[in-house]
Amino acid sequence: MVEISMTVNGKPVTAQVEPRTLLVTFLREHLGLTGTHVGCDTSQCGACNVHVNGMLAKSCTMLAVEADGAEIVTIEGMAAPDGTLGVIQQAFQDHHGLQCGFCTPGMVMSAAALLRENPDPSEEEIRAFLEGNLCRCTGYHNIVKAVRAAAEAMG
Amino acid sequence: MTVAVHKPHPHDSAPLHVSGKARYTDDIPAPAGTLHLAFGLSPAARGRIRRLDLAPVRAAEGVVAVLGADDLPRPVDLSPAHAGDEPLLATGTVHYLGQPLFLVVATSHLAARRAARLAGIDIAGEKPVLTIDDAIAAGTDLEPPLEWRKGDAEAAIAAAPHRVRGRIEVGGQEHFYLEGHAALALPLEDGGMEIHASTQHPTEIQHKVAEALGLPMSWVRVSVRRMGGGFGGKESQGSALAVACAIAAWKTGRPCRMRYDRDDDMIITGKRHEIRIDYEAGFDADGRLLGVRFAHFLRCGWSTDLSLPVADRAMLHADNAYHLPHVTIRSRRLRTNTQSNTAFRGFGGPQGMMGIERVIQHVAATLGKDPLEVRRVNLYRPMAAVAAGEAAQTTPYGQPVEDSIIDALVDRLAREARYAERRAAIARWNAGSPVIKRGIALTPVKFGISFTLTHLNQAGALVHLYQDGSIRINHGGTEMGQGLNMKVAQVAAEAFSVPVEAVRITTTDTARVPNTSATAASSGSDLNGMAVKAACETIRARLTRFLAERHQCPEEVVRFSEGRVHVGTNVLTLAEAARAAHEARISLSSTGFYATPKIHWDRTRGQGRPFFYFAYGAAVSEVAIDPLTGETRILRVDVLHDVGRSLNPAIDIGQIEGGFVQGAGWLTMEELAWDERGRLLTHAPSTYKIPVASDRPRIFNVALWDGENREPTIYRSKAVGEPPFMLAISVHQAIAEAVAAAAGVPFVALDAPATPERIALAVRNARAGENAP
Ligand code: FES
Ligand code: FES
Repeated sequence: MVEISMTVNGKPVTAQVEPRTLLVTFLREHLGLTGTHVGCDTSQCGACNVHVNGMLAKSCTMLAVEADGAEIVTIEGMAAPDGTLGVIQQAFQDHHGLQCGFCTPGMVMSAAALLRENPDPSEEEIRAFLEGNLCRCTGYHNIVKAVRAAAEAMG
Repeated sequence: MTVAVHKPHPHDSAPLHVSGKARYTDDIPAPAGTLHLAFGLSPAARGRIRRLDLAPVRAAEGVVAVLGADDLPRPVDLSPAHAGDEPLLATGTVHYLGQPLFLVVATSHLAARRAARLAGIDIAGEKPVLTIDDAIAAGTDLEPPLEWRKGDAEAAIAAAPHRVRGRIEVGGQEHFYLEGHAALALPLEDGGMEIHASTQHPTEIQHKVAEALGLPMSWVRVSVRRMGGGFGGKESQGSALAVACAIAAWKTGRPCRMRYDRDDDMIITGKRHEIRIDYEAGFDADGRLLGVRFAHFLRCGWSTDLSLPVADRAMLHADNAYHLPHVTIRSRRLRTNTQSNTAFRGFGGPQGMMGIERVIQHVAATLGKDPLEVRRVNLYRPMAAVAAGEAAQTTPYGQPVEDSIIDALVDRLAREARYAERRAAIARWNAGSPVIKRGIALTPVKFGISFTLTHLNQAGALVHLYQDGSIRINHGGTEMGQGLNMKVAQVAAEAFSVPVEAVRITTTDTARVPNTSATAASSGSDLNGMAVKAACETIRARLTRFLAERHQCPEEVVRFSEGRVHVGTNVLTLAEAARAAHEARISLSSTGFYATPKIHWDRTRGQGRPFFYFAYGAAVSEVAIDPLTGETRILRVDVLHDVGRSLNPAIDIGQIEGGFVQGAGWLTMEELAWDERGRLLTHAPSTYKIPVASDRPRIFNVALWDGENREPTIYRSKAVGEPPFMLAISVHQAIAEAVAAAAGVPFVALDAPATPERIALAVRNARAGENAP
């Protein structure tokens, strides 16, 4: 067991974990943050995307100990403290960018990373950026629309 | 004017999805002490188990119990068909590589999975039956071949001025629901069991768990809040996890949960049926089909599962939207030593349609015609002509097609997508393009709506109106992303004329609504919407009677409209009406029930009216291929689809887009591969490619046909889950056109999926004068 400390969604967390614990397991099972999903276990689907020190990361591909000292943001940290949805979250809802919703948290985290890097992406750029996020339901059309709409709303 | 239906409300769970609050089965917080399960899998595809040494598994860290087939309280058959050929754990012999042999119960998911690898397994292997050819040679039919005949196809073909014959092979498809299978069992104080599962069929799970534990069904409660996608893959194949959890919970007295790791999910569970179709057709100079013969060969996998109805539905869609005066359809359902193929969006329908669409393409090429011309002369007689007194044409199974709008729909789509113009432009473009070639195709869809097993076409509901005017609805359907709960909530809101926000809808639960059918066959909102409507109308009728009496007026003057209850000139809120009724001791709760009318079906003779109605649609796809690399690109897609009077146009358009892209994945890039030992090589997204955001059509126009269901369905809407999937056949046909252009031949027999490899080979072989691979 090793002790790790990090900030998750603005709150400091300290815990004892087995060294082999994956970050996604730590978030889901130790912290109960089950909005981060496991879709493939092998860093292909993006359902487990979180931000680590502002960078997009697949939390199934990272050990919790590697996140020691880091600032982590998960989907649960994307809304305002009073629950008001962020612009990207609202856009996914308004533009029907989801069906079963299982890919949605990872999509929102990816979209946020994209828009931070490139506040006004073209449709082509959005599609290229989202290649690491699988969705089996929507056909991506409305997801791309939602990201575009969010970019416009953030203007 | 409606207040709630026919409106584009977003998915009811959208706020939960986008904020990470939506709970899927594996997200449900479990009590302390919950155990985790994993299956130990067979390393061989076929053979006899000589030795199964579980001692090292038992000794592994974190392991609490290990169960083999002999340790189960009683033999468990998971077969949804009650075929007796699907033991939970292998007994004596193994039938596919990946078959569960034993069950590990441990303190964590990881501990269970690690221990599952440690067994000493010795199997006396036999040569597995893997392919359709293997199965034909071995004669491993699940049941005797089924044959349906209409007229005399052989004579009609023999007498026809033109004939074609050929074969198409169409691969299977992994569901790849983003959420893998998962279940959680909580043992209750009195010996009962509570199950949470990611399943399209809670009643089936309840039934199988009860059987496995020797309990009455009433002692088992199954609930499902939502699934992270199902697509048919969670109709029957979730039973293994739920039953395993229930047995482990019963043995240990502790809560047990299980989720398949993605690789395990792909290795253990069944997929879409691969099919081979041999065809022969006789036709006239216009391309009118005079006689057609089909022989279907389906690869079913190791157990019966749902293969018989899937194969039936392939036969039922062998005509697609075309009238076949003389037709014979023969079908063989072949057992193989592979995953047990199962329901998948379309349930065999897409496979059946691939056959007739290939025939059309072949006929058109033979006559040197535009395939659309050939399609048009064969389409079923329009509804308008039937209404004007012409006889309805019948399907190969004797159902009159009375509701066909496909001719007008195809005309409108061809016009709006400028099909003829673009086809001519593509021919000119191809002539000037040395390497890259384009193709365009328009294909129709006619899909039959209803379960072919007639008794499944029923649904129940339970609706409560509370004293404060709020409404809670329960129905037997399950939410897997298709927006069923929102549609049904819209129906309830409409019944009481309140905003949809006033209606609360939550978990599907066998303790609230019993004896449900699977949420499948696109029937979710048709059946459950009607059941909920019936329940709401019962409550509304009680309120009406009560208010009429109280206000001394006839019942006709009591109206529910615009969020209010009007009693003559008195206007009440629904809350006031509910409270008054409650005080007068009127029940504000009711069940509702619906059974689809008109349908009857004899599957052995292939005769009857299996479908209440048909849903129609058509798509034009334009593609470009690079014959050197075999790469394809979908340049443009135009869809016109019939959902009757849409209950929710936003949800319906989402279903169409998603279904189309999933169908295009099936036919172009999703390829399953097994090695000669029967090991699935494509068992993760690294090797099995589903469409990503950049694979989508460059231009994608989707429009809804403006019409209503001629049958009295829920607000005259039509089912939408499956039919759009088959619109993607246009992509495959367009690729085949481009391949033919690249090879400089009129016709290429292109199989599916049309992967880059297959396309490049098809071009090369066609140029060399051979048939496609
Ligand atoms: S679960 Fe991490 S990428 Fe799929
Ligand atoms: S909404 Fe279901 S996987 Fe994307």
